[in-house]
Amino acid sequence: MAPKLQLAIYWAAACGGCDVAILDTDEKILDIAEAADIVLWPIAMDFKYEDIYKMEPGSIDVCLFNGAIRTSEQEEIAKALRARSKFMIAFGACAAWGGIPGLANLTNREEIFNTVYQETATTINEEDIRPDTNYPGPEGELHLPRIYDRVWSLDQVVNVDYYVPGCPPTPETIWTAILAIVTGNLPPKGTTIAGIKSLCDTCEREKTEKKITQFKRPFEIIADPKKCLLEQGLICCGPVTRDGCGHRCTNNNMPCRGCYGPSEKVSDQGAKLLNAIASIMDVKDEKSAQELAATWEDPAGTVYRFSLAKSLIYDYKKGGE
Amino acid sequence: MNDKFEPKILGILCNWCSYAGADLAGTSRLRYPANIRIVKVMCSGRVEPTLILKAFQEGADGVLISGCHPGDCHYVDGNIKTLRRTPLVARLLTQIGIEPERFKQVWVSASEGERFGKIVEQMVEDIKKVGPYQKKMGDQLDVVMDEVAASAKEAAAAAEEKGGLNCGS
Repeated sequence: MAPKLQLAIYWAAACGGCDVAILDTDEKILDIAEAADIVLWPIAMDFKYEDIYKMEPGSIDVCLFNGAIRTSEQEEIAKALRARSKFMIAFGACAAWGGIPGLANLTNREEIFNTVYQETATTINEEDIRPDTNYPGPEGELHLPRIYDRVWSLDQVVNVDYYVPGCPPTPETIWTAILAIVTGNLPPKGTTIAGIKSLCDTCEREKTEKKITQFKRPFEIIADPKKCLLEQGLICCGPVTRDGCGHRCTNNNMPCRGCYGPSEKVSDQGAKLLNAIASIMDVKDEKSAQELAATWEDPAGTVYRFSLAKSLIYDYKKGGE
Repeated sequence: MNDKFEPKILGILCNWCSYAGADLAGTSRLRYPANIRIVKVMCSGRVEPTLILKAFQEGADGVLISGCHPGDCHYVDGNIKTLRRTPLVARLLTQIGIEPERFKQVWVSASEGERFGKIVEQMVEDIKKVGPYQKKMGDQLDVVMDEVAASAKEAAAAAEEKGGLNCGS
């Protein structure tokens, strides 16, 4: 029998949904356990960081890394795992493009701390205590990870071999990725393991000429399940989002949120979507364009819901350290 | 330092009206700031937001987009697409931390060379007030702070060796 695959699963700035998604492969999890030895999985099994440092370089075959990088601890572990893994996989939207935590880049550390440690209605913090990296405890000085000023995607910090998109990746996507690794039938480096086309390309809803006269949010209307959601005024990320999720949201009458990231030919998901929406706004003069645009509650948060950290203006490798 | 700051502005002008307008400013020997770098496109309607972000990513301090006045478009309704896009782009840029002064969309006809010069002049002035676009610098703050802390520590250690901070040389 061939030696078992050495598999590491790690989470950084993530919600844990990606780890649950791995369990969501149902009985196939047994096949995964059959094919692979799990050498690290903090959410499910007990590991210490020393265990990682004891591993030899290249001793991990595949590392499924979920979550974005926003503390010095996450960066350190990402680098340690990269050095020991043959394949580093950005698993889920956060690792691939910053995901929901990436929206923190709309503001900065200072403002986030102000909100969390001072401004919220239920916070009483008279001494203005903030997170610190050094704490003189009774047992000696304690060192805590530092929170960065912005959120980074995994590939801005270390080299990434493959991307498995989704928030979280669907069991089918996970299984495709694992199968590709186990059988050694691997696509070129840098490939996103999902569809190539956009979600709209494979969407079966009825599409006619699109015209938006008013932006609506999903709770405001009950959408017609047969018609294109964009035509009904809902902002659907389908035109620019990668196919491969099985249309879970649109099949349930909800607009696509864009968690499979930009499709193959799209470099900046948000800007491209903004452009697509602008082109179907039903206005002909500047004043009505202003008025219609003002009814869209949160453009940046909608178009960049999962990919803000990889937006062109934020996309560069993390330097230093 | 801000006195010496000369903003880099990327001008994206349509072939039919605005580029001709900028050309007129040149052939009439008007003086206007040399801060603008002009790229000619066939229509302002083809300037998608990705290009604007790309300009900022590559280090522009401002982006100016100019097309024919509504109704004068060579392609009938190309600039209608521009005017639909502009308010959304402006809001997106503000949200992602790019000051409103840095992005401007105007209409300049082929006969408005003088007006073009004034628009550029005004934009340069506005951008000088907000300073250089420092997204990258801001994000590298962690690194810079570490460097400063490290060099301070080093200096302190070196001074210690010489017998205190105020020992002279």
